[in-house]
This record gives sequence, C-alpha cells and structure tokens, in this order.
Amino acid sequence: MNSFEAFKDPALCRALLERLKKEADTPYRFMEVCGTHTVSIFQSGLRSLLPQTITHVTGPGCPVCVTHESEVACFLELAARDDIVLATFGDLMRVPGPKGKNLKTAQADGARVEVVYSPVDALAVAAANPGRTTIFLGVGFETTAPAVAATIRLAREQNLKNFRVLSFHKLVPPALAALVADPDINIDAFILPGHVSAIIGAAPYGFLAEKHGLPAVVTGFEPLDILSALLEITAMRASGRPAVVNAYTRVVAHDGNPVARAVMDEVFTPVDALWRGLGTLPGSGLDIREEFADFDALRLPGVSLPDAPPLAGCRCGEVLKGKMAPNECPLFDKACTPATPVGPCMVSTEGGCAAYHKYRLEL
Amino acid sequence: MDKVLLDYGSGGRASHRFVADLFFKYLGNDILARMDDAAVLSLTGPVAMSTDSFVVDPIFFPGGDIGSLAVHGTVNDVAMMGARPLFLTCGFILEEGLPMDDLARIVASMGQAAREAGVRIVAGDTKVVPRGAADKIFINTTGIGEIMVDPAPSGHRAAVGDVVIVSGSMGDHGLAILSTREGLSFEAPVVSDSACLAGIVGKLLAAVPGVHALRDPTRGGLATTLNEIAGQSNVGIELTQADIPIHPAVAGGCAVLGLDPLYLANEGKFLCIVPEDQAQAAQAAITAHPLGAGAKVIGRVVADHPGKVALVTPLGGKRLLGMLEGEQLPRIC
Ligand code: SF4
Repeated sequence: MNSFEAFKDPALCRALLERLKKEADTPYRFMEVCGTHTVSIFQSGLRSLLPQTITHVTGPGCPVCVTHESEVACFLELAARDDIVLATFGDLMRVPGPKGKNLKTAQADGARVEVVYSPVDALAVAAANPGRTTIFLGVGFETTAPAVAATIRLAREQNLKNFRVLSFHKLVPPALAALVADPDINIDAFILPGHVSAIIGAAPYGFLAEKHGLPAVVTGFEPLDILSALLEITAMRASGRPAVVNAYTRVVAHDGNPVARAVMDEVFTPVDALWRGLGTLPGSGLDIREEFADFDALRLPGVSLPDAPPLAGCRCGEVLKGKMAPNECPLFDKACTPATPVGPCMVSTEGGCAAYHKYRLEL
Repeated sequence: MDKVLLDYGSGGRASHRFVADLFFKYLGNDILARMDDAAVLSLTGPVAMSTDSFVVDPIFFPGGDIGSLAVHGTVNDVAMMGARPLFLTCGFILEEGLPMDDLARIVASMGQAAREAGVRIVAGDTKVVPRGAADKIFINTTGIGEIMVDPAPSGHRAAVGDVVIVSGSMGDHGLAILSTREGLSFEAPVVSDSACLAGIVGKLLAAVPGVHALRDPTRGGLATTLNEIAGQSNVGIELTQADIPIHPAVAGGCAVLGLDPLYLANEGKFLCIVPEDQAQAAQAAITAHPLGAGAKVIGRVVADHPGKVALVTPLGGKRLLGMLEGEQLPRIC
C-alpha cells in the first residue's frame, strides 16, 4: 500500500467512524469550503455513513459556482468575438450564462474555445493563433492563482503580445468572513481546503475561532483525512476550546507556500470582487497589477463586466451559503438538471447541486 | 500516389484503381471480389444487425487504430446480442489530402481485424470530401450475424438476484484516447483494449446459454451501460466498488485528471448479467479465454431503487452511480 492509499484504508476508516459515532454526542452542522471535499464526501460514500448527530452542509467552495453571472456573461461576450481565442479549464464549458448560452453552445456557433489542462498551455494556444488574442479565463481560488501568475510572468519573458488573462480569481478567507458574519448562517464548524491552504497556510483562518468561536480544521481529501478532521472538531466542541487546526501537515506548512504567494503578489493585487449569491465582498478578488497591464484582458478595448441579472428561480446563493440543501431548491431535478442546468452548481464537477444529483441515492 | 485526392471519389477510372489497389488488396474475399452492386448472403435463423460510425481522434493510438476499432466496435455490438458475427460492410469518408500510407495502414488493420474476428467484408463504399469537410477519415461499419441462443440476451432480461460480471479492467480505451489526444503521458503507458469479443462471447454462451444480458460498455463506460440495463429491466443494480477491476495506470491517470474510469469507454471488454446459479460457470468460461483473464464478479441485481445503480464504496457507504451527462471534462483544480 503506498502512502496515498493509506489514507483511503477502509479498515482504518471504519475504526474512525466507530469512534466518531461514540464521541459525537452533541449534534453539529459542519461545512466544507472546498468542492474537492464535497465530491470526496459524496463519492467515498462517507456522507451515508456519518453519525446522525453530524449534519453535512455543502459550502461555497467551487470556483466555477461562485463566478458571478456578470463574469460568465463577460466571457460569453468574448467568445462571440472573431478576434479572440478563449483558453479555459474544462469546468467552465457548460456553465450557463444569459439565455442559457454556454461556452459549448458558443463553440457550436463558431467561437474559438480551447480546453487546456494548465494555464501554461494557453501560451501555446496564443503562439498557434498569431492573428488573434488568446484570453485565458482565470477562474479559481488561491490554488490556481499562483500558476496563472507564473504564466503571465512567462508570457512577459517570452514577449508574447497576443496573450491575456481575464482574472476572476477569488480568495477564500474573505468569503468565509462574509459567510460567518451572516446572522442567519447556521454552521458550527468548518473543514478547510487543503489545496488553498497549501498556498496561504492556516493563519488566515484564525478569525473563525478567535472571533466567532468556530472550530475549523485544514485537511486533505481522502476519507481518513475528513474523518480525522471531524473527530478533531468533535473533540474541540467537547472541550469548548475552538481553534483552527492544521491537520494536513503532510502538504500544508504553517505559513503556506511563500514562493507561490510571492508570484501571486507580484502579478495580482487584491480587489473587491463580485461573488455569485454572496454579492460584492471586500478584498476577495485578484486584479492584474499595473505592471502587467498588457496581459490584462479587462483592459482590452470593448471588454467590461456586463450587467447580468441573477438567473430566474436559481437559489445558488442560498445553496452556496449552506442555507438551503440543493434538493430543497424548487428547480432541483425538475427544470434544473445537468442536461438543462439553470445554475452553475448543477454542472460544475464540484458543485453542490451536481453532487446531490450525481451521488445521492435516496432522491 | 501519396495523398488521397478528390479524384479518387469521382467514380471514374481513378476511383476504380484506388479501390482495387487498396481496399481489395486488404479486404478482399470471394463475395467482395464479384464486384456486383450488392452482396448476396445466405443466413439461417434469426439474425442480429448493427451499425456504427467511427470518428475517433487520433486515428492511431496505443493499442489500435480507427480501422481495427471500426471492425471491433460493430462486431462486438453484434456479438452482444448472442450472435456470431459473419459479414460486415464498410463506408469510408476520406478527407482530401489524407496520406496514402496512413490509409493503407488503416485498411490493412481492418483486414487483419476482420480475419481475426472471422467476418468477411462483403460491401463497401468510398467518398472523398474536400479538405476541411471531414477530419482525416470517418468509417462506418454495419455488421450482421446469426443468433446462437434463444432467447437472445437482452438488456430487458436482468432479474433480481442475478450476478454482474465484467470481463476485465475498465476505462483503458477511453484514457488511452484522451491521453494521446491531449499529449499527456503517465508514469505507466495506458493502452487501448480494442479487441474482438465474438470468440469469448461464443465460449461463454456455449457454457451458459441462459445469459440474461450482455453489453460492451463503450462510450459512457460501465456506469452508463448498467444504468441503461437497470432502466430497461426496471431493476436496481448494486456494485461493490472494490471489486471493479481498474488498471493502476488508468486509476492514476484518472485521479490526476479528475475523471472517473467507470465512465470511460472500453472497446475490448464486456459485462454479462447471469442467474446466480450459473455465475460460477460463466466466470470460469470467461477467465479461460485470454481476453477475459481479468474477469470479476462486481455486483448484483437488486429489488431496491429500480432503474438506478448504486455503488458500495470501500468504506461501506452507498451512493448513486448515475448516467454520464455529456462528456467528462477534466477539472479546474
Ligand atoms: S438546483 Fe439548479 S437552480 Fe437550484 S440552486 Fe442548484 S443550480 Fe440553482
């Protein structure tokens, strides 16, 4: 068994589950802040095994889902332009924009859209399309932002004139701050994202425990990681001493990854950003700095954030805040299915509604 | 003559030379050689017939090419009805400019695959379209075969208590294609499983004529195929995840890309649903064949959740294994 598989070990997991069943005697609702956790909790079957005292609430942790309606409208407008090639991660292809259009339908209408696996691949797309501007759709959290920043730096080194990034990156701690400040929020503990924390460390989440008295654990994505985190939370609740604990030390250093943060800081600067369902959150987005203005798609002539109203009937906002379970949305599995998604939560691989649709047996 | 020219599809002398020099050379047999407008065949009893078009990109991939795939795909579909595939037709749509060497390689590979499958290619058609109107080469094949058992296996016949067996590891073809197309390489090479299943299915049916359902989980993979059967038979299916064979290289590649091997295409594997008391005999017949060495019992047909497939995870949790919606796309982070 390699070390990776050790974290899936069924026998160990069952032992932890037994312990959790004994120790979690006061009920609590926990939320994970990362779509990869959401998927892991469903995909591993863990959700169906949790003790009745523990309620799992899916959170805002899918970068595609929190991308604002206006931002989706913006990249669909870009897709319609002849002088532009879009390079994107695959997740964005089916996200619905105004009038149900998405990048797939745009492609069918003749838009040039290339799915890439790494932002650096977008530079090759630019090189292969000399007559047009290639725009990389920079959607993601702290996890992807450093790689995009490094790509912009590389583009400058290569003196690439036809490459730009549309930076709609979002930052996790400000979103958490907004979430817990909401008086209607009913969450007792958090599972914090492993990948994001690998970049920023655990310190930026300190306010959860200090200011709000909420236990929170940074952890990995295997069932054992998640179970250990839940046990940690249970213990903190029993002792009445909430803290932010880094239980993912095999990947997350206390102060994160300084090199990745440095390149991120060199290229980007924090700005207020629009979040789907959460509104404008201060300091929660990343704009491209003046020094790299030549690589900023938002500074191209004719590019702006169009006004886009929230999608009619879609309750993504409440789902992302954990105020509503996906299947409580009146459109869930009726008007809104993966084939006919009303909101991005239904199509993104890490979306809460998609996870409910895909993995929940008892619907 | 190094590239396919529009002339070759003209119907004139150039086409004749092209067909004779290439297609007859590799695909020829007594029926095709008559060069009549249609093939005359003699078949007895009920027949199964199927057609499929192959547009795979890339046209050459580790473990096969579009030519052998076009034979295997259709032959396997016919075999899945409990039939012995006998005859194939093939239609080619060629893009002007396709290198002749590539075409010759593909046609030779088709001839080889057909011989191995014991089928004869009895009619064919070639069209050449201007550059850009098709992507290098598209092949359509239609196959016909005699049904060997009565009643024939069908997706409608899965019954509560039946056992689900797969003939080997899942997802090899899908990941091989994807990784070649995207230029990704993994630590261990991933090779397509493209193969003709008529022989192994013949052996299985000889041993267990009462097989309820047979399917080759091609596009959409195992998960989609079992969902189809659950729906057709209005039964539930429950799989034990730990028992589903997946090649470590495929599991690793999928983990990196955020793909699920249970939704990836297979081209040389099949699944069968058999009454419980015949499961052992079925498994023995499958594993005795080289193409079924990795066969495993992976689950059973249940009365719960009709129309749905459930997966029992290694932790013992149970979750839905739904149908694939659209194509799988690699994830963002
Ligand atoms: S089910 Fe559809 S409409 Fe409802 S919140 Fe989810 S994505 Fe939006």
